[in-house]
Amino acid sequence: MSVCLVVDDSRVVRKVARRILEELGFVCEEAEDGQLAYEFCSKNMPDAILLDWNMPVMSGIEFLEKLRSMPSGQSPKVVFCTTENDMAHIQRAITAGANEYIMKPFDTEIIKSKFIQIGLIED
Amino acid sequence: MKVADFELYKSLLYDKSGLVITPDKSYLLDSRLTPIAKKWNYPTLDMMTLQLRAIPDPKLVKDIVEAMTTNETSFFRDTKPFTLFQETILPHMIQTRANKKSVRIWCAACSSGQEPYSLAMILKDKEAQLKGWRFEIVATDLSEEILAQAKKGIYSQFEVQRGLPIQYLMKHFTQVGETWALKDDIKSMIKFSTFNLLEDMSRMGTFDIIFCRNVLIYFDEKTKGGILARMDKQLTSDGFLLLGGAETVLGITDKFVPMPDKRGLYIKNPALQPSAPPPTSSGGFTSGLFKRT
Repeated sequence: MSVCLVVDDSRVVRKVARRILEELGFVCEEAEDGQLAYEFCSKNMPDAILLDWNMPVMSGIEFLEKLRSMPSGQSPKVVFCTTENDMAHIQRAITAGANEYIMKPFDTEIIKSKFIQIGLIED
Repeated sequence: MKVADFELYKSLLYDKSGLVITPDKSYLLDSRLTPIAKKWNYPTLDMMTLQLRAIPDPKLVKDIVEAMTTNETSFFRDTKPFTLFQETILPHMIQTRANKKSVRIWCAACSSGQEPYSLAMILKDKEAQLKGWRFEIVATDLSEEILAQAKKGIYSQFEVQRGLPIQYLMKHFTQVGETWALKDDIKSMIKFSTFNLLEDMSRMGTFDIIFCRNVLIYFDEKTKGGILARMDKQLTSDGFLLLGGAETVLGITDKFVPMPDKRGLYIKNPALQPSAPPPTSSGGFTSGLFKRT
């Protein structure tokens, strides 16, 4: 089973995302900020990462930049999931190595369609 | 809703649009027609029904039909048809239309435009490879209201996240406040017009590819058969027809056959074809070519 790490400082968002991801067949792990996500990835590189932008300690974009320079840090598919909904943020995320970008609020349909597009799940 | 009223709307919708309403969907009449009654200043839906029974105003009838059609759609809906378009249909067209370098595509029942725009974005991205080619995309729908929306090419944040890859959003849209607007070079690739699938299709000209997805499901078998037979006449002999995931030609018409291992993709029945007519989309086909041999 594929592992998806949900990185978000909101417990509610993590809970909602977990419910959707488990429905889609993922084993779900959680991290509250970029630093904890980075520590998680140093031990166990997940298959997918659902990543918030604004978090205490380490932001999502900082985490992504660090992740992509880690050994095997290129392998996980990273999907941003944030309230930042302007083109500048989207471009910055994709340039830093994000595979997809979700603008909150999200629902099952959006997560599913984005995950299909980047080949994390089958149609 | 009273049974007699239900029957009135049922036959009106069937005659004007082919739409089949079953008694279990009568709640849809109430929920979608109450706003129409309000728009036309009737105090209740019953009052509107009374008026409709006495002297039906054609404009009111049109509003009712439009309100009852379903406009559910999304960018790259179902993914697969767009993969087939890129990997099977386009290579075939490039090979067989190498001389005239022109392809006509029809999106029948295009709703708010996501399907034709998805095709336009695919073609735009292949611009270098398709240099010198002319792709004409004709997108039609029964509803003027939804077509007006389609022409604008403006979508909500929710709509641009259902099926649309982020790269396409970055490349082909500009952000306007809380909405996302398609760029003019994509919008200019589509010709939108109103068209009722029950009508004679000969004025549409001939097409190389017809997308007719998720609309036949609303019709009865006889209407489906009639639409497919008329589409057969508008499709070039080696053209492609794409239907929705829940739709089929089996048991409805023998004009088309499914392509093996290509779900949703149909070609003309080879058994009904005269010996290999030259492919063309100039509109010069006579119906004689399609008679049974």
